[in-house]
Amino acid sequence: MSENRMRQDQTGPATTGSGVMIPAAALDAVCPLHLLLDRRGRVLNAGPTFDKLLGAPAAGRDVMQLLQVLRPQGIGDMAGLAASDGGKLRLRLAAPCATVFAGTCQKAGPGQYLLALSFGIQLAQAVQRHALCASDFAATDLAIELLYLSEAKSAAMVAAQQLSHRLAGAHAAAEQEAQTDPLTGLCNRRALEQRLTDLIATGQGFALMTLDLDFFKAVNDEMGHDAGDHVLCEVAQILREETRDSDTVARLGGDEFVLIIGDIQDQALLQRIGQRIITRLSEPIPFGQHRCQIAASIGTALSRDHRQPTPAQLLKDADIALYASKAAGRARQTFFSPALTR
Amino acid sequence: MHGLINRSIQRFVVDEYGQDIWQRVVRQADLGFANFEAMWLYEDALTGKTLRACAAVLGRPQCELMEDIGTYLVAHPNNQVLRRLLRFGGQSFADFLLSLDELPQRARMAIAQLDIPPVDLQELTPLRYRLCCGAGIDGYAPFVAGVLRAMADDYGALVLIEQGRGAWLDITLLEARFHTPRAFVLGAKTG
Repeated sequence: MSENRMRQDQTGPATTGSGVMIPAAALDAVCPLHLLLDRRGRVLNAGPTFDKLLGAPAAGRDVMQLLQVLRPQGIGDMAGLAASDGGKLRLRLAAPCATVFAGTCQKAGPGQYLLALSFGIQLAQAVQRHALCASDFAATDLAIELLYLSEAKSAAMVAAQQLSHRLAGAHAAAEQEAQTDPLTGLCNRRALEQRLTDLIATGQGFALMTLDLDFFKAVNDEMGHDAGDHVLCEVAQILREETRDSDTVARLGGDEFVLIIGDIQDQALLQRIGQRIITRLSEPIPFGQHRCQIAASIGTALSRDHRQPTPAQLLKDADIALYASKAAGRARQTFFSPALTR
Repeated sequence: MHGLINRSIQRFVVDEYGQDIWQRVVRQADLGFANFEAMWLYEDALTGKTLRACAAVLGRPQCELMEDIGTYLVAHPNNQVLRRLLRFGGQSFADFLLSLDELPQRARMAIAQLDIPPVDLQELTPLRYRLCCGAGIDGYAPFVAGVLRAMADDYGALVLIEQGRGAWLDITLLEARFHTPRAFVLGAKTG
């Protein structure tokens, strides 16, 4: 009873430096998270939100039993708090929940100090932990806007992440369906097999050449992958120049190329085409100050060799012929014949 | 138009009428793609085209559809995020009405390119309001009416919303707490 009376007497209006009196109820409304302290650190008045956090009225308690000053270090009593001179404080609720505040302690009148608190960066956790609602904040507090913003941003982030997952999936699918070798711009294996299937379906005769570069590994090893990539692009260009637009030039990866020469079954003519390619590819390819020396071996298969050719069969035939070219000393062309398989 | 808006129309059609109907809308509007992306920007004309196609496929007047979309965005269980974001506007339905002036800024704060047409609230009496909804945007007033009806329900308020002949809504707050509001916890864990 007597303590209550004393509280009432001392709570009264706080006085600011210019002599303006603020009734306790107004202080509660504009700063619901405050403690009004006397010079010994006893709580004269606590904002309603502070009481809510504490779960009990703070009035009459010693501030140093309620709060621990984290920064600046070394403040352990009311004198230290008063001497902080309005500077920025970091404090922790001395309760199991250990909520952290930003705060400032200002002289509020004769023998009175106002300790104003806010949640700072840990706002969202504090709101959750203490089940706070909008009315626990001052009408001017940006806390609600901050919570709104954080929720809106995480929703936008989820949408953006979903989009980037879908795009990554679409990218992978597009790569799967791609028809082009990204380095040289030639057809890739997928496009080549499609072209072969289409040609076989039309029933028209054609020749299939597999071409393998000799000494390419040495270029890569000795001059680096940039030189190797440059050589592959130059080879692609030469193969384009030595074939017609209606023919197909493909790179199957590494230094392995395949050409489909449509409508020509004449071995002598195919021999001349192959020879031209071999001759041109035996000329050194300049790369910076270097000259890259490679050569090419070719194996050629003709669709007419089979009554019902398949892409796999023709590629296998051409590979057997290519192997024979390599075995016979490179830089030459061999036509497939059943005799080679023996 | 921001993809979020177009995507919302798509989600309304899919959630309320099914994927097959959405595919018919896609064909009717001749979109040339199957889905709107929420985080992309689209030409403004696509939104109107899509809405007209919805009305044609569903055989319903477009203004009726707009109101349903507004309600759907707040009330459908798939749209908890938007409902929550709107509830940040105020502690009561009246508070919420007063926050509508800020809606375009709130939207832009969340997503910089999201342009929500402004609305203008006049307080006729403490219980009667008139909301002018961006004249010139077809169907915006019925859309806002749909949002407001659903939000009033969310706050547990009983309101009367009448659409004037112009692009305005007359709102009468009959009872602030007609039934128990849907829960809104400030510090809810989301996402």
